[in-house]
Amino acid sequence: MEAKRKGIEVSIAVSEAVMQCDADVIAAYPITPQTHIVEHLADLVANGELDAEFIPVESEHSAMSVCCGSSAAGARTFTSTSSQGLALMSEIVYIAASLRLPIVMALVNRSLSGPLSIWNDHSDIMSIRDAGWIQVFAENGQEAYDHTFWSFRVAEDPKVSLPVGLNMDGFIVSHMVEPITFEATATIKKFLPEFKPVRRLHPDKPIAMGAFAMPEIFTETHMAQDMALKNSMPVILEAWKEWKDLTGREYKPVETYRTEGAKTMILTMGSASETAMTAVDAMRAKGEAVGLVHIRLWRPFPVADFRAAVADCETLVVIDRALSYGFGGPVAGEVRSQLYGQPKRPRVVNYIAGLASRDVQPSDFVEMVKRGREKADAGREDGYEIYGVRS
Amino acid sequence: MAKPMAEIKWQELEVGCDVVEPGNSAEYLTGSWRTSKPTTDPAKCIKCGICWMHCPDAAIYQREDEVYVQNYDYCKGCGICAQVCPKDAITMSEGE
Repeated sequence: MEAKRKGIEVSIAVSEAVMQCDADVIAAYPITPQTHIVEHLADLVANGELDAEFIPVESEHSAMSVCCGSSAAGARTFTSTSSQGLALMSEIVYIAASLRLPIVMALVNRSLSGPLSIWNDHSDIMSIRDAGWIQVFAENGQEAYDHTFWSFRVAEDPKVSLPVGLNMDGFIVSHMVEPITFEATATIKKFLPEFKPVRRLHPDKPIAMGAFAMPEIFTETHMAQDMALKNSMPVILEAWKEWKDLTGREYKPVETYRTEGAKTMILTMGSASETAMTAVDAMRAKGEAVGLVHIRLWRPFPVADFRAAVADCETLVVIDRALSYGFGGPVAGEVRSQLYGQPKRPRVVNYIAGLASRDVQPSDFVEMVKRGREKADAGREDGYEIYGVRS
Repeated sequence: MAKPMAEIKWQELEVGCDVVEPGNSAEYLTGSWRTSKPTTDPAKCIKCGICWMHCPDAAIYQREDEVYVQNYDYCKGCGICAQVCPKDAITMSEGE
């Protein structure tokens, strides 16, 4: 493929990126809103454009199981799912990370049932927050396309060897038709070397993967897995730097928008960040010192970058697109924990918004900033509020 | 294993906790789980091998005199051998 700029549905662009990565095995079960990604990959394989095994499994549990097997055998492996599919495969999602298998999964984020919903929020990804995967959020189609290559590059680096979850908001990103800059496959080959697994199942050197661990060793296995995830950070940063050198597009673990001198900052993850930028522009135009912090890298959590990004703000308005019943927003819970004990820290207000694609307009961000500041000024920043709920 | 499990540091684990040394499960003596111990009476054993076939842990072997006896390094004391013996040649003693 040659470099080109073209208007295309984001799901199709992601599939084309997987083809440009020359994936060896794709095992997937169709589920809304991930469907177009795997349908197009099935076409690419059937048409002979991608030389890969496409395995149409009977469930997502099988999809991730097949992915573990193929990755363990040394094949570049891709899958994609959403919501209930992720819930069904979650047992194996944890095992893939524990086995250190560099599988790439596009997570087209959708609400978890119940009630049944096909629309977008982050409740699915939060259900595997602690699975040990590298987790990144793409906010638009270009980012989803770019991060397909980045995901394989980071996952397969011998210093990392961990699975990567590439999150993109269901429908809002996945089904959008937008102009995307495609890179030439020759450029991709420079960025993504051939997959050389750190170890694999091979008759010449038999090994057992996934063995039983006694209590005497279980704690050490968890330390090793935690260190593997934390130690992936230099590779993550290096891959982004090299992508910038090749394409000019720059990515960071924690992104900021107009945060210079901002007394109040909005914090988002995913596509809501772009709407929030419009709201920030409107507030800045009225002379308000408001900025935006958006988290791109969810795991490993970029603690130092996050603390630095919010160091000078007084009020941080965290928008969560998932609810931990009886607790609040998972993102707010985490950032409060990262700020606790810091000598200078913002007051953190938490809104739950945009559940199951409930529209969050720029005016809603303006409203949450206004009310958030009032809450903080009144010393009521603790806890959380479900924004826009009818009562 | 090169080292006793309880001495291995996290840095020493293989990637993904792979087992790279074949057959090392033999080093784990499951006989320590036993709360009830089977014993074969050589005078009653007819050397039929039914206990050997039924043992779920392959913890029964045939001695040089062809009598079937238990390997207490791996026998977990489940009692299946005593149940299936057609001559009641195997007795279970509690607490051993």
